[in-house]
Amino acid sequence: MSRKVVIPIGPYHTLQEEPEYYQLTVDGETVVDIDVRIGYVHRGIEKLAEAKSYDKILFLVERICGICSTSHPMVSVLAIEDIGGTEVPERAHYIRTLVCELERLHSHLLWLGLAGHFLGYKTVWMWAWKYREIVCDTFEIITGNRQNYGMMKVGGVRRDIEDEYMPALLKGMDDLLKAVDMFKGVVLDDPVLGARLRGIGVLSREDAIQYSALGPTSRSSGVDKDVRRDEPYAAYDWVKWDVITQTDGDVFSKAVVRILEMYESVSIIRQCLQKMPKGPIDSNPKEIPIGEGIAHTEAPRGEVFHYVKSDGTNSPVRYKVRAPTFMNFPTFKATVVGETISDATIILAAIDPCYCCTERITVVDAYDKKKIITGEDLIKMSQEKTKKLHKKMTGRELK
Amino acid sequence: MTRDEVLKRLKDKFGKKIKDLFEKSEKRVYITIDPKDITEFVKFIFLGIEARFITASCVDMPKEMEILYHFSVDKTSLIVSFRARIDKANLAIESITPIMKGAEWIEREIHELFGVAFRNHPNLKTLLLPDDWPEGLYPLRRDYKEEDYEARMKEKESK
Repeated sequence: MSRKVVIPIGPYHTLQEEPEYYQLTVDGETVVDIDVRIGYVHRGIEKLAEAKSYDKILFLVERICGICSTSHPMVSVLAIEDIGGTEVPERAHYIRTLVCELERLHSHLLWLGLAGHFLGYKTVWMWAWKYREIVCDTFEIITGNRQNYGMMKVGGVRRDIEDEYMPALLKGMDDLLKAVDMFKGVVLDDPVLGARLRGIGVLSREDAIQYSALGPTSRSSGVDKDVRRDEPYAAYDWVKWDVITQTDGDVFSKAVVRILEMYESVSIIRQCLQKMPKGPIDSNPKEIPIGEGIAHTEAPRGEVFHYVKSDGTNSPVRYKVRAPTFMNFPTFKATVVGETISDATIILAAIDPCYCCTERITVVDAYDKKKIITGEDLIKMSQEKTKKLHKKMTGRELK
Repeated sequence: MTRDEVLKRLKDKFGKKIKDLFEKSEKRVYITIDPKDITEFVKFIFLGIEARFITASCVDMPKEMEILYHFSVDKTSLIVSFRARIDKANLAIESITPIMKGAEWIEREIHELFGVAFRNHPNLKTLLLPDDWPEGLYPLRRDYKEEDYEARMKEKESK
């Protein structure tokens, strides 16, 4: 007899930001429905922005996300500049590009580490986060901070890059490239990871378009869209790079897209460091005229969109923020349903949301409301499955 | 498709239904439309021109609610925003979620924060606000006051 059980996942976890709540309905091992509730950390930033001056808004939006903390200021300055068509010096464009690409590197490495953790590949986890340190150190050299850089400013950037830092920055990129090479080997050539991730949580091209999925989530399903190329901002049309796409749409493709994107990011950063012209870094605009401004940029997780409506005063009348995860989340309806619970964690993690949620999973029997298994057990289930596969395929135990 | 071709196709298809077309810059176009035509416009740009739905943004104006539906024609680097002004006396508009699933969440958000009703939305339930949030109180409206919320919550508690 089939009996449906509801699994609530979330909402709180103290390690990561952004709690979310998933409710999986399962029939035996198979997920038959998923519902998501967000809003646990709805801080009313759009309303707060209406009471702040444009300069302060940049600091406010920087705090929307702790992981991609420059994506929001980046798109915010572009949106504010779009109102009156503010000019930005060339050097500032290059510095902006540099900061954005460094962020993509650090965010993708963070994701890779967590994906390794969920799958029971503890070494991948530790090493990914170890090499992420190189990126954080580079950030510290360029911006003075490892997180929340405060670099963006309407009309330019706040801080210049001194020539004396160049050797250290280029060396950092060399070291990082070696690490990315290693991860490429670890993930792409590992037969167990291939068996574990291929064909899991497939998002078809049609669904990706229907849900307007973004970033690596849609590019792994064969949707060839990247704002950096489609509507170049900062210095993206002055450097050579490729948009990475895959066609399978499964968790494995999503990992491939992110790993290959890291090569492009390193290449963009190197080109920026070499091509950057001397000159001013700020055009110091004095006024924001009346009007509306729209901007979108490619953050590590996909397109970020900001809309500003100005009445000519020094604070906006309306400020709208749309983060990429807002569009990627609903794709779970297409990817998780039909899969098993032990795969649910990695599918939920594959769009690279902020993770908190997936670690706090409890399975509750819908009939007597008793806890059956906890979140840690679910991650263990995912890790056990990898172990079993590993033993079956290689004959050795996975350490 | 070039930018001019996109605009020409929109003009040819809708003619007088386009109340105003404001070309803000090379990459930004705002088209004012009648709220009752929204599904027609969205169907054409999403299925015909194959633009990508970015999001919708709502602004509380003195007499009406203004919803902007932003679409990106990616290959053309153009953002087309449909401006629909809904009269506050009858705050409802046809949902576009049946055309594309990507609009489900943003319509739920606008419904909660501004109180706009989306007709024929498949799943118009709470997404962001707490479960015990008082009904009929919309936090992003201009007339929203913190005191109203507190009074309503007290009222609930005393019951």
